[in-house]
Amino acid sequence: MATFNLNINGQKHQVDVDPSTPTLWVLRDHLNLLGTKFGCGIAQCGACTIHLDGVAIRSCMTPISVVEDGAITTIEGLSKDGDHPVQKAWLEHDVPQCGYCQAGQMMSAAALLKNTPNPSDTDIDDAMSGNICRCGTYVRIKQAIKTASKL
Amino acid sequence: MTKIQTQFNRRSFIKISAAAGGGMLIGFNWLAGCTPGTKPEEMVAVPNEWFDINGYIKIGDTGMVTLYSPNPEIGQNVMTSMPMIVAEELDVDWKNVVVEQAPLNTGLYQNQFAGGSLSIRLSWNALRMAGATGRRMLLEAAAKEWNLQVSDLTASQGVIKEKNGERSITYGEIAGKAVGIEVPEEVDLKDPKDFKLIGTSIKNVEGKKIVTGKPLFGIDYQREGMQLAMIEHPPAFGMKVKSFNEEEIKNMAGVNDAFIIDTTIKEPTWSDVNAFPQLIAIVGDSTWQLMQAKKALKADWEVVGELESSETHAKRLDKALINGEVEEARNDGNVAVAFKKAAKVIERTYSSPFMAHNTMEPMNFFANVTADSAELVGPTQTPEALEGSVAKLLNMPLEKVTVNMTRIGGGFGRRLYVHFGLEAAAISRKIGGPVKLLYTREDDMSQGTYRPIYRSTYKAGLDENNNLVAFSVKGAGLPGGPVFPNRFPAGAVENYSAEKIKAATNISTGAWRAPRSHFTAGAEQAFLDEVAELAGKDPIDFRLELFDRAIKDPVGEKYEYEADRYAGVLKLVKEKSNWGEKKPGVFRGVAAYFCHFSYVAEVIDMVMENGQPVVQKVWCAADCGIVVNPDAAKNMIQGGVVDGIGHAMYSQLTFENGAPDQLNFDSYQLMRHSQAPKEIEVFFVENEIAPTGLGEPGLPPASGALANALYKATGKRHYHQPFTSNQPIVG
Ligand code: FES
Ligand code: FES
Repeated sequence: MATFNLNINGQKHQVDVDPSTPTLWVLRDHLNLLGTKFGCGIAQCGACTIHLDGVAIRSCMTPISVVEDGAITTIEGLSKDGDHPVQKAWLEHDVPQCGYCQAGQMMSAAALLKNTPNPSDTDIDDAMSGNICRCGTYVRIKQAIKTASKL
Repeated sequence: MTKIQTQFNRRSFIKISAAAGGGMLIGFNWLAGCTPGTKPEEMVAVPNEWFDINGYIKIGDTGMVTLYSPNPEIGQNVMTSMPMIVAEELDVDWKNVVVEQAPLNTGLYQNQFAGGSLSIRLSWNALRMAGATGRRMLLEAAAKEWNLQVSDLTASQGVIKEKNGERSITYGEIAGKAVGIEVPEEVDLKDPKDFKLIGTSIKNVEGKKIVTGKPLFGIDYQREGMQLAMIEHPPAFGMKVKSFNEEEIKNMAGVNDAFIIDTTIKEPTWSDVNAFPQLIAIVGDSTWQLMQAKKALKADWEVVGELESSETHAKRLDKALINGEVEEARNDGNVAVAFKKAAKVIERTYSSPFMAHNTMEPMNFFANVTADSAELVGPTQTPEALEGSVAKLLNMPLEKVTVNMTRIGGGFGRRLYVHFGLEAAAISRKIGGPVKLLYTREDDMSQGTYRPIYRSTYKAGLDENNNLVAFSVKGAGLPGGPVFPNRFPAGAVENYSAEKIKAATNISTGAWRAPRSHFTAGAEQAFLDEVAELAGKDPIDFRLELFDRAIKDPVGEKYEYEADRYAGVLKLVKEKSNWGEKKPGVFRGVAAYFCHFSYVAEVIDMVMENGQPVVQKVWCAADCGIVVNPDAAKNMIQGGVVDGIGHAMYSQLTFENGAPDQLNFDSYQLMRHSQAPKEIEVFFVENEIAPTGLGEPGLPPASGALANALYKATGKRHYHQPFTSNQPIVG
């Protein structure tokens, strides 16, 4: 066990966990931030995507010891009122089916748009192919990313 | 207007009316209701008092309306579309509607399950009746208030008005007086032509919560004092747990307890499918510590059955197709003679492997079992079945078991099976407190309940004029065959035979989105493409000829589809896709299928990019009767197309020594963004037929249209799924 001082969604948190604990489980089990989802645990599905200093990472494979010095953003902190362009576009296109993968999809999309404000289809495919949607909302996600890029 | 008898539901309506004010449905507000994307300021004020009108409707004194959505929400969007149907007949302004998930309550609701694309189809009348009954009671209350007849009043958008007068009153103002009104014996339903809400695109009522990461799912459920649990089941089918290093595990950091549970129940039903009733359970405070404990497990697994491999399965299917046990068959005319006389005969065999459901939310469930009660909360497609099985497991009367549904991170049939709920209950009983059980992806992917493995052989005979005169299909599966003997082309071919054949396996299987249809549609529609080619006919015209025969001069006593609706979707997709138009570099495949009472035809446009086939566009035409929520309905069809193409292309489970080789998404491939169709356009046939299923019918034709487009693009026919495995042309 070790103590970690974290900066999550602009707020300071302190947790006492094993240093190998993946950030995903610190968020979910220790900080009650449940928006970040568990899908595979091996960085293959993207459900657990969060931002570390603005970069999309898979929190299920990122030990808490690695993120201590960085600024973490989760879906809960993507915007204050749920009005990040990606969130607005997701609603406009009524993207979610079951919705389980969508927090991860949106976090990947938001990170993409930050660096590539006008992504091409290939940019989108490259940035998003680590995020699985079993419900098959890919076409709408792509449309929503394009809409978000104009908001 | 249609008159409809309410008797069927009278008992339950009366029950809830009597309980009005008593808050029969209150108590499941751990997730507050959700507003359909309305900005709070546009909505009427939060009521001081609520009035229960019936099991589906609660009206507040300000006019805010709460509608209860009875069925599990697995992504098929019933939480929006079911209340829409109530709201339509109740005639309220959707912007003042709040939706809440109803608990399992067999006294109030019927068919509270999510499966077989049945939610809307089975509840269409009940939902309309609930709304219409509420509207009628409000009207009667207003009539009484003003000393008028109901026929003197109109009700629309939550306001009741006098026809020949100035007076008006809102539902919110009169709701309190409607509570005592006797439930009408007969109510008027709207003429579909007068629908205001049904047929418009309403956004997902939980959309805002989903995009802001609110805790909606079973995995997110929390309870004061709750512990966490994980399980370890035997690594292979045919194995059973004997013992494990219990003391060592119990001593690990964060582990509170570890033991073996047994979830065997008496008289199991179909939803109790489970290859591993005995498993190791570990209880603790944090998921990561439990995962570490799982890794440290040293278990003694006993071999109690055959350890099957993919080779075993292939041999069994070979044998089954030669002399397996026929479960169901149909014979029209004499195929043997007809094949002999035929000018051209073609025979092809198709196959598809075992597949996992892989809902993105892994299995989980919350349970709190005490000496005389059991409370379960979580993602289940069959709350009623779970309630029954838990009652059996705990030897408790049914009334002592409650089941509440959370939003569900994918169903696809996986959560029709209730074992994970039972496991949570067994663990909670053992530890004597509330617990949330969570599976890892590996636990889930190796647990079973898989889509069965299938192989079918199709044979067709053409006469010298290239008419289809003989058709036969023999289809085998482990543990059951994929064939629907009375579906198309039954009824359309003079000499026809179909055999559905079963063979044994100890791999546990279950329903998987569009059971059997997902495979049979692809095989049959790819085969018909080849037959049409052999006949020198356009694939759509060839099918239309067959439907024509089924309409004008049907063969045999019955067949299970409406040929004109089947033909209808083909004609619609033909028109919308400009079928027949040649676009250089664009290769097209078509398929159509009927299942779950709905008809879907699809055309796939494929292009070659850097030597790889890419699905550029998919055109879909669907006939599912009245479309309740068109944009959401399109979403369902689009998802089905992606699912159908993705699984046909990439997914499979193989076995060695009883264990699946694929345990997670590094080896089990699901379609990803870059592989998905670039565009999917969906069109609906417009009619006033009562709505039928949509969750599944979009999927089956996709693999057929894919195979047919792949042939045009590459010159190769693909018979065995996943198409990428024997011919690595994609990905
Ligand atoms: S849970 Fe982290 S990528 Fe799947
Ligand atoms: S919306 Fe269900 S997994 Fe993506």
